[in-house]
Amino acid sequence: MAFGASARLDFGDRVILGLVTALAILWLAPIIWVIGLSFKPNEVLMRDTRGIFSAPFTLKNYTDIIASSQVFGWMLNSVIVALGQTMLTLALSTLAGYGFARTDFPGKRILFAIVLVGLAVPEQAIIVPLHTMFAAADLHNTYAGLIAPRLAFPFGVFLMTQYFRGVPREIEEAAMLDNASRLKIFLKVILPLTIPAQATLGIYTFLHAWNEYFWPLVSATKPEMYTLTIGLAAMQTNFAQTEGIGFLMAQAVFAGLPVFILYLFFQRHIINAVSGRVG
Amino acid sequence: MMTDLAIPAAAQPARKARAASRDPEAVGRRSLWNMLFVAPFLLVFAALVLLPVALGAWLSFQDYDMLSGYHGAVGWKNYVELWNDRIFIRSVRNTVWFVCLTTPAFVIVGLFLALALNNAWRTSAVLRSVFFGSSILSVTIVTLIWRLVYMQDRGLIANLLAPLGIPAPAFITSEALALPGIAIVTGWWIIGLPMMLFLAALQQIPRELYEAAALDNAARWRTLVSVTLPAIRRTIVLVAVLEVVLQFQLFGQAHLITGGGPNNASRPIVMFIYEAGFRDWALGYAAAASQVLFVLMMGAALLQMWLGRTKAEG
Repeated sequence: MAFGASARLDFGDRVILGLVTALAILWLAPIIWVIGLSFKPNEVLMRDTRGIFSAPFTLKNYTDIIASSQVFGWMLNSVIVALGQTMLTLALSTLAGYGFARTDFPGKRILFAIVLVGLAVPEQAIIVPLHTMFAAADLHNTYAGLIAPRLAFPFGVFLMTQYFRGVPREIEEAAMLDNASRLKIFLKVILPLTIPAQATLGIYTFLHAWNEYFWPLVSATKPEMYTLTIGLAAMQTNFAQTEGIGFLMAQAVFAGLPVFILYLFFQRHIINAVSGRVG
Repeated sequence: MMTDLAIPAAAQPARKARAASRDPEAVGRRSLWNMLFVAPFLLVFAALVLLPVALGAWLSFQDYDMLSGYHGAVGWKNYVELWNDRIFIRSVRNTVWFVCLTTPAFVIVGLFLALALNNAWRTSAVLRSVFFGSSILSVTIVTLIWRLVYMQDRGLIANLLAPLGIPAPAFITSEALALPGIAIVTGWWIIGLPMMLFLAALQQIPRELYEAAALDNAARWRTLVSVTLPAIRRTIVLVAVLEVVLQFQLFGQAHLITGGGPNNASRPIVMFIYEAGFRDWALGYAAAASQVLFVLMMGAALLQMWLGRTKAEG
């Protein structure tokens, strides 16, 4: 019963598990190959990319990254943009989620409906007017310009509203009887309860910001404002011509390392966020 | 009555206050001050989503070019030009073809992986991490890896096929294989999402359903068809709709692997928008193309939801 959840392995289970394991090896092959290439001298790779497990090996591709100032600048930009976007998204979404789930004000239903419709607006459909607006405000090639557009995406509000709806009402009701102010209840009683949800939404937002492609591509046009993702894209345009394959792959590995570490530690939160669950 | 008794006596007045407000979920009085919680987000949302949506719709009816300037409203001219633009029509066909190549495959493979890995074995946990792991990488890393894998002379595929005497398929340089090549890369990249959504749904199926099937001595296949699939029907529709919406937005992979070529064979709509808006700076024209993309995406998603519903009723 592989399709159920029993613990015993019958013949069918073994066949399926074998098949999926083979598929997983296929899945990992490109990554292992690329990591192998990143430790090979560029001159060797010009001719042949087969012997990734045999000498000669070199660390030169990685020391070249460290010697080149650009990649570190891009990484710093990515950190600033991703952290800024994460903190602001958490603040906005937590406040709004609480407001929509637990308070009442005129027009609430309509406003929430409009926000939900906003979930269906793809970035690509508004990127041209957004670019025009940011150009008029002279915000391109700034951190503010890179951070701002994603703050408006309603996914976080939706997630936090769902979460607050699951928090027992009685907790706040008791606090209200003590005549505590609304803001005080929110900060002292409610906020500590939301830490698991904040972790999930925060990691999800960080990953998205780190990997974002389209907006930084059109907004950050000066190389010193590139994020790591855009810097790597710019390097790809002269693929295999100047830099050498090993160096290019070392950059890919280097750029993937931060998210890989995040994934190792916070896998559960990341998976929860993509399947729309919080906590 | 039981629930009333369970609430501490002290909380009773607050319950009355709640009864007075219109929203049963809300705690406390209905008040304009409560809007302060949602106001910061709503302001950002209005400025950076609602305003651009309106501005984009308006722009699509203007003759506005960053290079030659603003020349006033032109009615449907931009849309008529799109209709007659061979490259745009090609990009629409490419995008629809790409959605057809990817969505059914991703639903089936994602479902298969979820079914196979929906158990508590240690190996399954590791395999789940492997399949989901690639989706955390950025599109630039993914394309960097796969451009190398696809290299005709020294790529991974070429290396593996060489001993068999088979030349590597020209995934980057052949018109017929460019989009399928991008579809493979995309599948490798994001198969974790459908898999995880299906796993979440499978875990919601009550165990009793399986126990009943086990008592009947139902075979694996029959259990799948008569118990599992009907139980997660809503998720299958959801994943299909989600994939259609996501794959309609193809951009980075095509932009970085093939650059839309060869001979426009892999140029998707979003890349057309990017080139019209940010290379040729024809803002009105690009905005019109964005509206077409939006309508196509919505149409395809609604069509699927409708198909999913009639199937359930029939």
